[in-house]
Amino acid sequence: MDILVCIKRVPDISGQITLDDSGTDIDDSGLGHTTSAHEECAVELAIQTAAATGGKVTVLTLGPAEAVEQLRAAVAVGAHDGILIEAEDPSVFAPEDIAQIIGDVIRDLAEQGQGFDLVLLGNDAADTGDFQVGIRLAYDLGYPVLTGVQALNATGGAGGGSGSSGGSTGASEAGALEARGIGPAGTEIFSLDLPAVIAVQEGGVDPRYPSITGRMKAKRARIAEYVAPEPGTGNPRLGLELPPETASAVTVLGEGPDAAGSLVDVLEEIGVIRS
Amino acid sequence: MTLVFVETDETGQVALTSAEAVTFARTNAAALARMAGSPSEQPSGASATSGGVAQRPEGSSEEGLGVDVAVIGALTDAAGEQLASLGVGRIHHFESADLEAYSAPAWAQALVEIAPETGTVLASGTPRGMELMAHVAVRTGERIAANVVAADDEGLLRQVLGGAAFERLNLDGDLQVLTIAGHACTPEETTPTSPEVLTHSPEVAAEDLRTRVVRTEVEAADDTSGLTQARAVVGAGRGVGSQDGFDEVLELVDHLGGALGVSRVVTGLGWRPHAEQVGQTGSRITPDVYIACGISGAIQHMAGIEGAKTLIAINTDEESTMVQRADYAIIGDLHEVVGAVNEEIRNRRG
Ligand SMILES: Cc1cc2nc3c(=O)[nH]c(=O)nc-3n(C[C@H](O)[C@H](O)[C@H](O)COP(=O)(O)OP(=O)(O)OC[C@H]3O[C@@H](n4cnc5c(N)ncnc54)[C@H](O)[C@@H]3O)c2cc1C
Repeated sequence: MDILVCIKRVPDISGQITLDDSGTDIDDSGLGHTTSAHEECAVELAIQTAAATGGKVTVLTLGPAEAVEQLRAAVAVGAHDGILIEAEDPSVFAPEDIAQIIGDVIRDLAEQGQGFDLVLLGNDAADTGDFQVGIRLAYDLGYPVLTGVQALNATGGAGGGSGSSGGSTGASEAGALEARGIGPAGTEIFSLDLPAVIAVQEGGVDPRYPSITGRMKAKRARIAEYVAPEPGTGNPRLGLELPPETASAVTVLGEGPDAAGSLVDVLEEIGVIRS
Repeated sequence: MTLVFVETDETGQVALTSAEAVTFARTNAAALARMAGSPSEQPSGASATSGGVAQRPEGSSEEGLGVDVAVIGALTDAAGEQLASLGVGRIHHFESADLEAYSAPAWAQALVEIAPETGTVLASGTPRGMELMAHVAVRTGERIAANVVAADDEGLLRQVLGGAAFERLNLDGDLQVLTIAGHACTPEETTPTSPEVLTHSPEVAAEDLRTRVVRTEVEAADDTSGLTQARAVVGAGRGVGSQDGFDEVLELVDHLGGALGVSRVVTGLGWRPHAEQVGQTGSRITPDVYIACGISGAIQHMAGIEGAKTLIAINTDEESTMVQRADYAIIGDLHEVVGAVNEEIRNRRG
């Protein structure tokens, strides 16, 4: 099964952030960058599924030239090649633009004979949290779509490259898949025909670390390049705001085990100690 | 008028997150109506008008006039009463064999059938709410604002970067599609309404059933309800030190009849299952007390505990965000401190 995984370069925030001069974006010049957490799991799921079905994994990102780092990081853990859709400032695009651009690239590749049986993405990106590029992409391609998926199991049909027949819905020839995700009442199991779009939720697999040979391979990996068109819909953002700084109001009960009694007093007051 | 998609839990009660969403819709009705380009005040019993304002039921209280809800599947008496006390105008109840098993496109299409009557459609920002609103937005050709926390004269404000920043935006379509971030408001009862129940039995297209749930397996390992419903949660982070270092925190969980919640480092290292993870990519919890042991307080972790009433930190680093953000803190090694807390509880019990 040939799988395309769409990933996003996001700033690695753990502490305080600041805004840039325009006030419409964060200043990420001093921040590291990473891949969204759900998408790291999507890459891992793709690698496992492709290995089990004798297929190939391609990673795609829409982002600045530097986003090639995230593509190479995915190749270092087992993806085969990458596609960079270069856009200097991806924040000018709305999710509907991004879905449309990815859809166009998928159609273009299908015309060139490189089809995909399955497209994976993360549920939502760590920065924007929009939760919709995968769903919009599926509608654009006419494929079924699932979100919140944590595990995949190919149940029939698809050998590697069967999506290459064209890209539009050649469903049943492309095989079928069982997908599992956490629903409100437990693990939900879905069965669906390929090709399909699946948005992945962290938690079902542990992303692996790159090996030394993986890193070497990543340096040489083939990265196909596209240039993003002008934004269509555009981002409706008017500006960004930071939450007000709140002064710490902590009551330090003490240091070490001697403070245990005061803590138990607090817990008794709240009324959470089982009698 | 705003239409709110409401989720119920396995006991038939309205989910807390949905109660938040209904409250958000009611308390922000004027701002939402202005943004949707429709007047917020209508005389009681007014018939359907232009501008997306739907007909209002007679006899419902003034406050509840702006909010209708959609319930798909079983509608219990208990849920009906809760919705009345939350001040809703009408309940759209969707019942169809095709909607019994969850399929996002089919459920979204059901909402789309009544969406043109409304100016705003919203759901809580749960995975299901997010998924449905995204389908609704595509099917109605609209944009979406996810994780909204406020609506006012300047437009919508939504959380981005896991809550580290807020984005201000305006949706410009005919229908506003939103999801409401967890804890954007506290569920608030109001003068009870007597909502009219409108039953719908939509026809579902075969194509919309391609992604129907085929079965649900309930296993203890992925049941997060204990964590999300516990009154006391003891959080454990990297500071625990190893997979074998959880004895003290688990004993404290037991003394409190609560639940264990962990940071992503802990699940990433494989010390505990992901179902116990609290945060942006884990569960969002609302306990009376959260005791964070050896957790630094990264923004993605804090995103999951905003709803905790009292926050207690046990950490060796008094400068850590968790200590700075806590109500109470003890500075020290968590094994020693939690061990002493357990002993104290045992002693007081006698
Ligand atoms: C997209 C994305 C999503 C994420 N989602 C989540 C999420 O859902 N949940 C989540 O938790 N994280 C999430 N993270 C990860 C997050 O950024 C942090 O890496 C993580 O929360 C840190 O876990 P920690 O506090 O246990 O570890 P650390 O940050 O390493 O902190 C350990 C703390 O323990 C203290 N300590 C050490 N030893 C002791 C001791 N003996 N006694 C007492 N204290 C001690 C230290 O002082 C320190 O404060 C996410 C990250 C990204 C990028």
